[in-house]
Amino acid sequence: MSDVPRFWRESNHRYRLVGTKCNNCGSTFFPPRDVCPKCRRESIGKMEELEFSGYGEVYSYTVVHDGLEPFKFQLPYILAMIKTDEGPLVTGQIVDADPSEVKIGSRVRVTLRRIREEGKTGIIQYGYKFILEK
Amino acid sequence: MASIVSYGSYIPRYRIKAEEIARIWGENPDNIKNGLMVYSKSVPAPDEDVLTISTEAARNAINRWGKENRKKIGAIYVGSESHPYAVKPTASILVESLGLDYNIMAADYEFACKAGTAAIQNVIGLVDSDMIEYGMAIGADTSQGAPGDALEYSASAGGTAFIIGKKGIADINKTYSFTTDTPDFWRREGEKYPSHGGRFTGEPAYFKHILTAAKKMMELMNTKPEDYDYAVFHQPNGKFPTRAAKMLGFKDSQIEEGLMTPYIGNTYSNSMMIGLSAILDKAEPGDRILAVAFGSGAGSDAFDITVNDSIKSFNRNSAPTVRKQLENPIWIDYAYYVKFRKKIIMRGD
Ligand SMILES: [Zn+2]
Repeated sequence: MSDVPRFWRESNHRYRLVGTKCNNCGSTFFPPRDVCPKCRRESIGKMEELEFSGYGEVYSYTVVHDGLEPFKFQLPYILAMIKTDEGPLVTGQIVDADPSEVKIGSRVRVTLRRIREEGKTGIIQYGYKFILEK
Repeated sequence: MASIVSYGSYIPRYRIKAEEIARIWGENPDNIKNGLMVYSKSVPAPDEDVLTISTEAARNAINRWGKENRKKIGAIYVGSESHPYAVKPTASILVESLGLDYNIMAADYEFACKAGTAAIQNVIGLVDSDMIEYGMAIGADTSQGAPGDALEYSASAGGTAFIIGKKGIADINKTYSFTTDTPDFWRREGEKYPSHGGRFTGEPAYFKHILTAAKKMMELMNTKPEDYDYAVFHQPNGKFPTRAAKMLGFKDSQIEEGLMTPYIGNTYSNSMMIGLSAILDKAEPGDRILAVAFGSGAGSDAFDITVNDSIKSFNRNSAPTVRKQLENPIWIDYAYYVKFRKKIIMRGD
């Protein structure tokens, strides 16, 4: 089964970290939510799209040496939980860095990279990854 | 008059030295460094391509301009000879990755190393004719040289984006192009590596077109080399633009600021554009710039530019300068290089 339709529907939040904000309590969400889990019914009609700044810091990370086939060319790669400046934790790769450069609390910013491709003839999927701020 | 409103560049962090490539092919690295004036080149990471590089360069341009302005962009054109898809535009993916308005003209351009400057010219035309208020032109490439070929020392990756409108930081006084049918460099559909006419790439191709376009521009503007604070020419290596500058009567001090290929390699559609970007990183009001691109096949696009007072209040620091991006590279060896550039034959290839 092709992922093309699902990936296309989610492209703006994958490309630009577009989440949502509840204008009832101010909470922010990524991935986007239709309803605020705190305000529930009161948030209906008050949820709006929010493009994150792309900045945050490393909350936790691990170095992956045994990855899936699409990541073979990038092994070992750094997978991190990023505490975004807006609040939500986002999981993503940290690229263009040696694992020794990454520390808990390191400042990062978002970048756009290839995530995977559906073989040699399929669509190329792009999405957010993170790089260390210098 | 159309003017550069903002600009931004991107260079991949991975780099390889000429010595390392020479080591594998048993060549004398001094011949490359002294002969071609190429000391190192950028290498795109395995997950980078023209779309991701264009996105980074364009985001830098947008950040300097102010993110809130981006919906005013009415056209986006991307010049490259390494678009990720044969059919499916890079430009349309950029509309989404940059968060531009969907009411926008968009297309991909091809003309070897001058596809990006062809994009600039198209945006100038649309701005001057009031069809759009602002437009974006990008030149980006992840170029490949065949293993063991002289091009392998220089073929590299990078991108630059210009936002053009009526009132900007650097006025484009004039643009002029010179185009002839010249078979100096080509790549057939489906072929991985380009072919070139060897010595044919010098005199009848690069020099003829660059020199003609530069001379004609100075004739049209009634200028002399000493009227320019900076000059930047297409840079297939460090040697060609240095020699072209000398032949035209420019001094080394006029071309130094924009000469990037010795450090990052030939970034093809980005080559002259990133040189211009490096000049704008430094330029002051009143500075005059002559910029001439070259694309094999062949043609040259020349631009006469004057930096204006607005550059003083422009947010240059909202994005990394070209020279800042030269700092702190990750050096890789040839083995990593062939893995990153997918030159290893895998099962199923
Ligand atoms: Zn809420």
